[in-house]
Amino acid sequence: MLILAFFFSIDKRQILTLTGEHLWLVGISMLIVVAVGVPLGILLSRRPGWRGIVLGSTNVIQTIPSLALFGLLLPMPWLGARADRLAILALSLYALLPVVRNTYTGITGVDAPVREAATGMGLTPWQMLWHVELPLASPIILAGIRTATVITVGVATIAAAIGAGGLGEFIFRGLAMVDNSVILAGAIPAALMALSADLLLGLVQRSLVRVRH
Amino acid sequence: MSDSAAIAIEFVNVHYRANGSRELISGLNLAVHRGETLMLLGRSGSGKTTTLKLINRILAAGEGVVRVDGRSTAEWDAIRLRRHIGYAIQEAGLFPHYTVEKNVALIPSLEGWETARIRQRVQEVLQLVGLPFDQFADRYPDQLSGGQKQRVGLARALAADPPILLMDEPFGALDPITRAELQQEFRQLKERLSKTVVFVTHDVAEALLLGDRIALMDAGNLKGVFTPAEFLRSTDEAVQPYVNAFRAAQQIFNSGA
Repeated sequence: MLILAFFFSIDKRQILTLTGEHLWLVGISMLIVVAVGVPLGILLSRRPGWRGIVLGSTNVIQTIPSLALFGLLLPMPWLGARADRLAILALSLYALLPVVRNTYTGITGVDAPVREAATGMGLTPWQMLWHVELPLASPIILAGIRTATVITVGVATIAAAIGAGGLGEFIFRGLAMVDNSVILAGAIPAALMALSADLLLGLVQRSLVRVRH
Repeated sequence: MSDSAAIAIEFVNVHYRANGSRELISGLNLAVHRGETLMLLGRSGSGKTTTLKLINRILAAGEGVVRVDGRSTAEWDAIRLRRHIGYAIQEAGLFPHYTVEKNVALIPSLEGWETARIRQRVQEVLQLVGLPFDQFADRYPDQLSGGQKQRVGLARALAADPPILLMDEPFGALDPITRAELQQEFRQLKERLSKTVVFVTHDVAEALLLGDRIALMDAGNLKGVFTPAEFLRSTDEAVQPYVNAFRAAQQIFNSGA
């Protein structure tokens, strides 16, 4: 990433700072997404009646153009006070669907005989969740987290539009200056970040599957 | 009631219907004696699996009472009831992410047994079902044959040494040679273990081979309970088709030889 600075005559330190901000936005958002999305997916597997409403509304959130979502949240009282809070909320809402949906799919996808044997043996619902459902669903849940992370790295560039920082700053500045090299100084590190997140989580996912062999 | 100590499981006028549909079990009265192997024999849809699931309360009786060790299953804590009863099913239902050892050890460890005792018990039950511990403990279910999976399923059901064992067509999906092998072994095993076993099957030969008594079910009704000898001699019209099928198979075998 520092090599970029030489190419584009941009302050190295600024690239590092904005990359750091970007990572922070993505990291905190993903923590929230996992903390909310996985329990929500588990809840849906217990109350299938709620599936339509929950998956439907998380789906609708995803159809809102990201720039509009940031703008819509701007007037909210406590959130509007700080751009980064707002950006984190918007990013979390945006990334929720794949995690909720994959958690639900993973848990309901546990083979019926495995579930029946576990019930018949006398596992409590929590023991079933911990010993059977979550381990068997984990590769699918992780695939959802992986998708959500890649989406979030990309969408987080929009956060700069409301002053929340991150690599989007370069992109918006470059657009304003009609200077492609400044745009690339934001776009390339963001793309690299998305690729490495994808690669890293892909490795974790594969190691979870391999545990069985 | 007087000899309740000799009765492990008792159905008193039990009805069961699956949410609003037709009755799957109608007015079932049946007593399973302690230490016997009772075969529930019948066609698909006769209610034998439903009967089995009423015992460990995977299903709850709509009307009537199911008693296990003299106490209504409605009064048992469902988890305690199920840990009091071993459960083995046709598909085995092994946990694919656990090794053989962990599969078998799960209930003892949830019951809070000490590690050394669990390990000893796992070795013991694997030995019992004919799987050497050293060879099989670290394998995963997808590294086992169908027969080996069933053996592990049985070992897992026996792990916490429950006095009652429920088996739902455990050998139903196996090839004929493996099935015959496991049937013979189970016959010897049940003598040694002296557990109360309720065993679901649609196979007359299996019922005759393994059962101390055979309960014949048809369309949710109990048609009668027979010892294997009584079953073969019975003139009951519900029994006849089974005996005829069994004899026909034997005759083909005899004439061919």
